[in-house]
Amino acid sequence: MNAFTTHAGKVVSLDRANVDTDQIIPKQFLKRIERTGFGEFLFWDWARRDDGTLNMAFELNRPEAAGASILLTRRNFGSGSSREHAPWALEDYGFRVIVAPSFADIFYNNCFKNGLLPIPLSEEQIEELFQRAAKHEGYQLTADLEKQTLTDEHGFTASFEVEPFRRHCLMNGLDDIALTLEQVDKIDAFEAARA
Amino acid sequence: MQGSPRCIAAVGTVYASTGPFVEVLKLEGRFDMSEAAHPRTLFEKLWDNHVVHAEEGRQTILYIDLHLVHEVTSPQAFEGLRLAGRQVRRPELTIATADHNVPTSDRSLPILDPISKQQIDTLSNNCKEFGVKYYDLNDVRQGIVHVIGPEMGYTQPGMTIVCGDSHTSTHGAFGALAFGIGTSEVEHVLATQTLLQYKPKTLELRVDGQVGRGVTAKDIVLYLIGQISTSGGTGYCVEYTGEAIRALTMENRMTVCNMSIEAGARAGMIAPDEVTYEYLKGREFVPADFDAAVAKWRKLPSDEGATYDKSLVYDAANIAPQITWGTNPGQVTSVDKKVPMPAEFSDETEQKTTALALEYMGLNGGESLTDIKLDRVFIGSCTNARIEDLRAAAAVAKGHKVAGSVSAMVVPGSGQVKKQAEEEGLDQVFKEAGFDWREAGCSMCLAMNPDKLDPGERCASTSNRNFEGRQGKGGRTHLVSPEMAAAAAVAGHFVDVREWN
Ligand code: SF4
Repeated sequence: MNAFTTHAGKVVSLDRANVDTDQIIPKQFLKRIERTGFGEFLFWDWARRDDGTLNMAFELNRPEAAGASILLTRRNFGSGSSREHAPWALEDYGFRVIVAPSFADIFYNNCFKNGLLPIPLSEEQIEELFQRAAKHEGYQLTADLEKQTLTDEHGFTASFEVEPFRRHCLMNGLDDIALTLEQVDKIDAFEAARA
Repeated sequence: MQGSPRCIAAVGTVYASTGPFVEVLKLEGRFDMSEAAHPRTLFEKLWDNHVVHAEEGRQTILYIDLHLVHEVTSPQAFEGLRLAGRQVRRPELTIATADHNVPTSDRSLPILDPISKQQIDTLSNNCKEFGVKYYDLNDVRQGIVHVIGPEMGYTQPGMTIVCGDSHTSTHGAFGALAFGIGTSEVEHVLATQTLLQYKPKTLELRVDGQVGRGVTAKDIVLYLIGQISTSGGTGYCVEYTGEAIRALTMENRMTVCNMSIEAGARAGMIAPDEVTYEYLKGREFVPADFDAAVAKWRKLPSDEGATYDKSLVYDAANIAPQITWGTNPGQVTSVDKKVPMPAEFSDETEQKTTALALEYMGLNGGESLTDIKLDRVFIGSCTNARIEDLRAAAAVAKGHKVAGSVSAMVVPGSGQVKKQAEEEGLDQVFKEAGFDWREAGCSMCLAMNPDKLDPGERCASTSNRNFEGRQGKGGRTHLVSPEMAAAAAVAGHFVDVREWN
C-alpha cells in the first residue's frame, strides 16, 4: 500500500449528499478479477451519456477539474455496498484525499487499506470549502496527516480526527495482514482454548 | 478484556420527546464495577467472546467463526494470498458460492457473458486451490449467500460472521455479530481467521406493540430507516428489541437485520430465543450436540439492566406498509401518503437531495403513492426471497393476473427455496398469474446478470436498495414488501395491501 504523509492538490467539488458506492463504481465493472484499472469507470453513470461519450456537465469532466486529486463532497459519502472497488476506482483515477462531513463505515475503513485519506470536517467547514472552491480558480488544499490539518493558501485551516493507529499504518504504508501475523501465537492460543 | 474498568452504570435516564420518537438519553455513569460484574448487552458478549488481542490505541483482533465468500469481492483477495505465498488459515470455517453474477435462466445452458463466466470460474478454481467448500451452480444448495448460510445451519447464535458483502448483517437475526467487509479484509480473514476492528457503539431500536394486518418485517425496517435516516446507524451496532420484533418469525427477523446496513449500521442483531432454536433444529450443519449448544446460546441475550449507548423506541401501531419514493432507502413513506416535495424539508442539503431524487425518479412530489404506475415487479433478493416471502406474495397473487402493462418476475433466494416452493405449488400460482419463475441468485437486486431495468422503467422491488441505476441504468426502483409487490403487479400501480382481497 502507498504510504501517505502530506498531499497538496487541486480540489474538485461534488455537491451531492449520500453518494453511494453503486454511483462511485457501477456493478457492470465489478466483474473484473484485477485490483487495478477501475479509474476510467469512476462515477460512470454520471460521467457518461447513454452513448458512452463524456458528459461534460458532470463536475469531474469540466476542464477546470483536470488533474484534481482532492474530492470535496457532502455527508454520508460511500454509503451502500461494501465493494472495495469504490476506493480502488477513486485511487486509480488520481484521488488521494476525500473531504466530507461524514463517511459510511465500510467505505471509510476501505479507504485506509488503499492509501486514500478520508477527512471528516463539520458541515460548516465543508460549506466554507465549497464556497472557497467556487471562488478561487484552481483551488488547492494541503492535507497533512502527521499534523492532522487541512489548509489552503488563503488562510483556511482545519484540524481533523483520525484514529492514531490508522494514521500510523497509513503514514508507514503498513500491511495489516503482516501486522496481525506478528500476533499469530495469540491466534493459536485462542483457537486452542476453544477447541 | 480491554483496558481499565469503564463507567458502566447509568445513573439516570431522561426521556426527551423529540419528534416522532422518544429518545432515551443515557447519562454518564459514575460507578466503576469490574467488567465481569456489569450487565452486558448481546453485542458486548459477542465481542468479548471473540477478542484475540486487544491493546490500547490499536484495533482489536477479533476472531471470525464463519467466513462467507462470493465471486465478486473475493478474486483480488485470493490473488493477494497467492502473491504473498499465504494459505487460507481455516478453510473449514469458510464457505463459498456464486450468486451475484449468475444467470437466472436455464442452468443447463452456458453462461453467455464471458466476463461473468470468468469471475465464476475464478471462484471455483480459487476454492479448489485453497481447499474451500464451494456450492456450485448445479448444487441445489446454491443461492444468495445470505440465504444459504442460515438455510444450511452454518449461521448460528453467538458467532462472528463476515462476508465481502454489506448485507452480511442478515445473519445477525440469529444473535450473531455479522457484518460486511471490503476485499482487503476478506484477504485478512482468509489469511488469519481474524479481523482488525474498532469497537462500535450500541444502538437499541425497540419496537413496542403489535403491527397491524398487512404490515410486514420489511415495513418495520423501512420505517425505522425512514426515522433514523441512511446514516443514523453509522458507528453503531444495532440490536432490535421489543414485542413487535420478538413476534417475528426467523425469516422475518432476517429481513429486518438484512437492511441494518441501509441505516448505515455496522451490524444489526436480534437476541436468540425459542424461535431461533426451533428454526435451526435439524439443519445440516448445526452442532451435533444440539441441546448443549442451545444451553450455551441461552446465555447470549442482553442481561437485565444492560445499557446501550443509545436507545430509540417506536410504536408498531404507527407503522403502515412502506414505499420508497426516492433514491436511498431512507426516502420512504407510508402507502397512504403523498410523495414529499423538497420544500417540506428544513435542511438545505435534504432539499437538494430530494429534488435530485425526484428528478431521477420522474416524480414531481405531491402525487399519491397509489397513483404511481409500474412497468416491472421484482420479487427476490436476500431481503425477501425466502420461502415465507414467496408464500406471502403467492397468497396475494393467487387467482389474479399480472396487469397487462407490467412484467413481473420471482427469483427464489436459493435452490432449496425454489425446490420447496415448487413442492408447495407456489410456482404454479405465480406462473398462472403471469409471473416469470426463475433460478436462484441476486438477479435484478443489482442487475449484474442479464436481469435489468431499461432506462426510465419503474419497478416495485422487494430488494434493499433503490440507488440510482441499481437495477439498471436509468431504472427507477421503489422498495416494498413481497405482499405490496405482488398486489402492485396485479393492479399495475401501488395499492394498499391492507385493503387487498
Ligand atoms: S441479493 Fe442483492 S443485496 Fe443481497 S447479496 Fe445479492 S446483490 Fe447483495
